[in-house]
Amino acid sequence: MSTPILAGEPLVAVRNLHVDFPSATGVTQAVRGVSFSIGREKLGIVGESGSGKSVTGRALMGLLPGSAKVRADVLRFGTTDILHTSEREMRTLRGGRIGLILQDPKYSLNPVMTAGAQIAEALRAHSRIGRREARDAALALLESVQIRDPRRVHDAYPHELSGGMGQRVMIAMMLAPNPELLIADEPTSALDASVQAEILRLIEELVDQRGMALMLISHDLPLVSRFCDRVAVMYAGQVMEELPAADLQRATHAYTRGLLECLPSLDHKRERLATLKRDPAWLAPRA
Amino acid sequence: MIDIANLDVRFGNNHAVRGVSFRVAPGETFGLVGESGSGKSTVLRAVAGLITDWTGRIAVDGKPLGHKRDRAFFRLVQMVFQDPYGSLHPRQTVDRILSEPLAVHGFADADARILRALEEVALPRAARFRYPHQLSGGQRQRVAIARALIADPRVLLLDEPTSALDVSVQAEVLNLLADLRAARGLTCILVSHNLAVVAHLCGRLAVMQGGRVVEELDEAALRAGRAVHPHTQDLIRLSRDLEEA
Repeated sequence: MSTPILAGEPLVAVRNLHVDFPSATGVTQAVRGVSFSIGREKLGIVGESGSGKSVTGRALMGLLPGSAKVRADVLRFGTTDILHTSEREMRTLRGGRIGLILQDPKYSLNPVMTAGAQIAEALRAHSRIGRREARDAALALLESVQIRDPRRVHDAYPHELSGGMGQRVMIAMMLAPNPELLIADEPTSALDASVQAEILRLIEELVDQRGMALMLISHDLPLVSRFCDRVAVMYAGQVMEELPAADLQRATHAYTRGLLECLPSLDHKRERLATLKRDPAWLAPRA
Repeated sequence: MIDIANLDVRFGNNHAVRGVSFRVAPGETFGLVGESGSGKSTVLRAVAGLITDWTGRIAVDGKPLGHKRDRAFFRLVQMVFQDPYGSLHPRQTVDRILSEPLAVHGFADADARILRALEEVALPRAARFRYPHQLSGGQRQRVAIARALIADPRVLLLDEPTSALDVSVQAEVLNLLADLRAARGLTCILVSHNLAVVAHLCGRLAVMQGGRVVEELDEAALRAGRAVHPHTQDLIRLSRDLEEA
């Protein structure tokens, strides 16, 4: 059993995380010395494709492929040292104390299991409860993710659900074991703007209600800053800048500024969009 | 240039497009916006000839179109899809991908045209003999644009051309599309769920919901938020909401 963390200690501590993927043609350094910590708060990790944001989240859950070489001065969840813990202990973390919400429910839900059965499976994997109890708990969870007709959705297969509904089912499944940290990796990129806002608001509410921590991984800087307390901006495997979400418009790093300025805007007409000038200095290892 | 009247598309019991009508003038870029399932992509695919089972009237360059399109139609009209990884043949080099439309339409100067096309979309010459998986997402979309333009069409249909791309790459591709449109006097239809992207490229747009066009408005009205239909107002509010952050 893990001991409760001391007051004032962050829930997640990452210091100098490196992830390398060796291949036939050389080593790809996906993450190069990333450090951050998460308390009971919402941290956004933003970056373009290939910046290492998803790999960082997966390293925290021990979900990287066997070929990945992970090293860090500190990689800690609660009191668990993720790099040196047993696979057995990792199984209680994964899905138990850390939940992971992925981009597209079409691919991440099991297509041949009903939504209810998948939620019940998550419950039964992490606590000793009977089938009937699990069914009741699954229905209650579907209700908590604001599904109006929990009974119908409980018995539905993923292909019978819309994208937004599927994402709610996935959230319910991840909430089932009462995790302390929720990692959401592009949870709404496959959804319409209106559904996107609903799902993020739901995640925000649940995180606040349950006192969970949230790590929101996304390529969408304005969206993330709206729903998070702090934002870390990643580029080429490193954190370029970390700042309070409310100060985004006052970001100082040229990369963050570049990302904000190249967006087309509904309010301000821009004849030509600014393009990002990638400064080779951003690639240099940071202290 | 494009004239659509009472377009209807059904897939079995699903009445996907219901009586859609609009016109696009030569050189104009017209936007179609709406949520998934609103029918916007279906309209575009019917114009492109990818859906054959439609009723109503579609005319391009004054000529009403049938359900089967001939070669001349594809000289005139080309399309760029959302996901460049899915729309490029994975086992063909860029050279082969760009050669195909030239062979189909019987162009003699293929070599010169391919070099010019690569230059036009700002791809390095070295990209010519690469495969799609050896290129970045933005480079792949440039190849898809080069392929669409290589036989000099006058109409370009764009289906979410930047929504699979990073914002920095999106800016480059949108600038490229604006330049090409001006240089070639292209008439375009742009389908997108992103109002800011539509406002950036389009002079006029139609908002779709449940297979119907609920409102047609111009860029100035969109930017000023002068929309009449509640669905358009909702979309504008959402877009603003996310932009403000």
